[in-house]
Amino acid sequence: MTSALLSVENAVVDLPTPRGNLRAVDHVDLAVGAGRTLGIVGESGCGKTMLSRAVLQLLPKKAKLSGRVMFDGQDLTKLSAEKLRKLRGRSLAVVFQDPMTSLNPVLTIGTQLIETIQEHLELDLAQARQRSIELLAAVGIPAPEQRLAQYPHQLSGGMRQRVAIAVALSCEPQLLIADEPTTALDVTIQAQILDLLAREQQRRHMAMIIITHDLGVVAGRTDEVAVMYAGRVVERAPTPALFKQMRMPYTEALLAALPKLDVAPHTPLPAISGRPPDPTRPLKGCSFSPRCRYSAERCASEKPQLCSAETPEHLYACFHPIAARVGA
Amino acid sequence: MMLQAAPNPLMKVENLVVEYSVGGKTIHAVSDVSLEIARGETLGLVGESGCGKSTLGRAVLQLRQAVSGKVLFDGHDLTTLKGEALRQMRRRVQLIFQDPIASLNPRRRIGDIVAEPLVIAGVKDPDERRRRVAEVLSAVGLDPTLVSGRLPHEFSGGQCQRICIARSLVLNPEFVICDEPVSALDVSIRAQILNLLEEMKARYGLTLLFIAHDLAVVKAVSDRVAVMYLGRLCEVGPSEQLFARPAHPYTALLIEAIPVPDPDVRPTQSVPVGEPPSPIAPPSGCRFRTRCPRADARCASEVPELRLVATGQFAACHHPLI
Repeated sequence: MTSALLSVENAVVDLPTPRGNLRAVDHVDLAVGAGRTLGIVGESGCGKTMLSRAVLQLLPKKAKLSGRVMFDGQDLTKLSAEKLRKLRGRSLAVVFQDPMTSLNPVLTIGTQLIETIQEHLELDLAQARQRSIELLAAVGIPAPEQRLAQYPHQLSGGMRQRVAIAVALSCEPQLLIADEPTTALDVTIQAQILDLLAREQQRRHMAMIIITHDLGVVAGRTDEVAVMYAGRVVERAPTPALFKQMRMPYTEALLAALPKLDVAPHTPLPAISGRPPDPTRPLKGCSFSPRCRYSAERCASEKPQLCSAETPEHLYACFHPIAARVGA
Repeated sequence: MMLQAAPNPLMKVENLVVEYSVGGKTIHAVSDVSLEIARGETLGLVGESGCGKSTLGRAVLQLRQAVSGKVLFDGHDLTTLKGEALRQMRRRVQLIFQDPIASLNPRRRIGDIVAEPLVIAGVKDPDERRRRVAEVLSAVGLDPTLVSGRLPHEFSGGQCQRICIARSLVLNPEFVICDEPVSALDVSIRAQILNLLEEMKARYGLTLLFIAHDLAVVKAVSDRVAVMYLGRLCEVGPSEQLFARPAHPYTALLIEAIPVPDPDVRPTQSVPVGEPPSPIAPPSGCRFRTRCPRADARCASEVPELRLVATGQFAACHHPLI
């Protein structure tokens, strides 16, 4: 994909720990184009957040990144700190899970918005203030003028996340990374925030990456999904194709393990046995094989590479993929 | 108003009111809630954060003092019990918390953590304690010989929750309150723990109050579900029926807001429902009226009582959907 706005090529992130090297991200390739939304799904510790930090060049100091992160024609891994600082906030924006930790508790909402805007755009104070009010209104905050003088603790969790989104959108970024943007929020607020993100993404023709543990969140709101397990992308496909036919047993098991509203109470859930492998003790074969019901000898000795199924867009890393449904 | 679940409920909460005082202001955490839980039943309690569901759970256990109302457990009013009498009763009622790692003392060994309730209950024979700890650890799927001597940090979140469940069951309780027992766990682990809770319920003949914010999780384990909003109950009914035909607009909103893992189900554009008001100054009348599409003048002036809308299903709404 040459037209992609962001492409991550062969990214590897290693973290030294007292227990030995931890490979948080293991040879990941991903791409997202302008106006498109990519969902990255996985459970805690699968490397999805480390991957997003590699894109933002915000990895912990000790972490070692190899591979390329191409954004708008330049390799972010080769940029100076100063150039990166200009890029982040301006073209590359991020919304984190907990808005309380991403907003500064001792500065007013107005100060935080105006500061970001003036840092990156050539606007005077009055213009920046006007823009802040427009942004707060755009993200659905009532009485935006009064809000400028308020502090984050005076707002509810949902309102704080709206402010964080307003800050992220303030300089018209080309790419927005939303890392578990609704995990800390209640379900009725979650729907509102996801709608807001989708609306702004469309309106601004941004590229967006939604990182989540919830397959339900990506199903209706992304163009493409990458499923991660133990640092690797194990399945990647256009969203409709993925949900129509999951090929990787992990993806299927993850969906099956979700409690569903259309299932009668007290029906035993098809749980995934065991737990993810210790990331400091990588397995020789497929990382999911100890928990996989299709696992065979080869799975324990050899690592399956991502390969494509019927269509070149649908990739999976499995020796025993789930067979295509007849007539599907 | 009666919510008859069974002729002889194990747990009966009557007109319970719990309030906190914060900086001179009163938080109306639980306002006039009545509930019944039959022996052997699982009642799910759902609601968003701050709705008072955890406070209700704690008030049932007498970990939080009620302003008024009764908590009748097997016919005894727990709110009037004190000292030894309350301690005796508490052995029959246990609690499992949301964060399994935080609820285990990091410096104590698993065997001692699980044996602690026995020590407090006065089981003096160490062999007897060991035997019961081993039995309950095996029941939750852990090998007693491997885990007893280890410390909590050596275990994952899912395993810690198994340990917490073992600790809550070691005294053979009759009633267990599970407060968001799986919300800190990953999807693949969550299913294991939900299945384990169901197994334990059957094995030990438990009655459960299952508190959670996730409707699908609640439905998976509950016979009946109660929906709470800003300190009041909106709706109570049999799980299947309540999810198929919600009567209260808030229940309907909650169901609609769940993201469905199916791309063909386009997310419904969320209605502009705003956010819950503060429990310090809850709206007059129906507390949900400020976000409700059906609200009218009556909803502002008159508190809706829970009343029967279908077999076994009660809703507190002036304009129910059924």
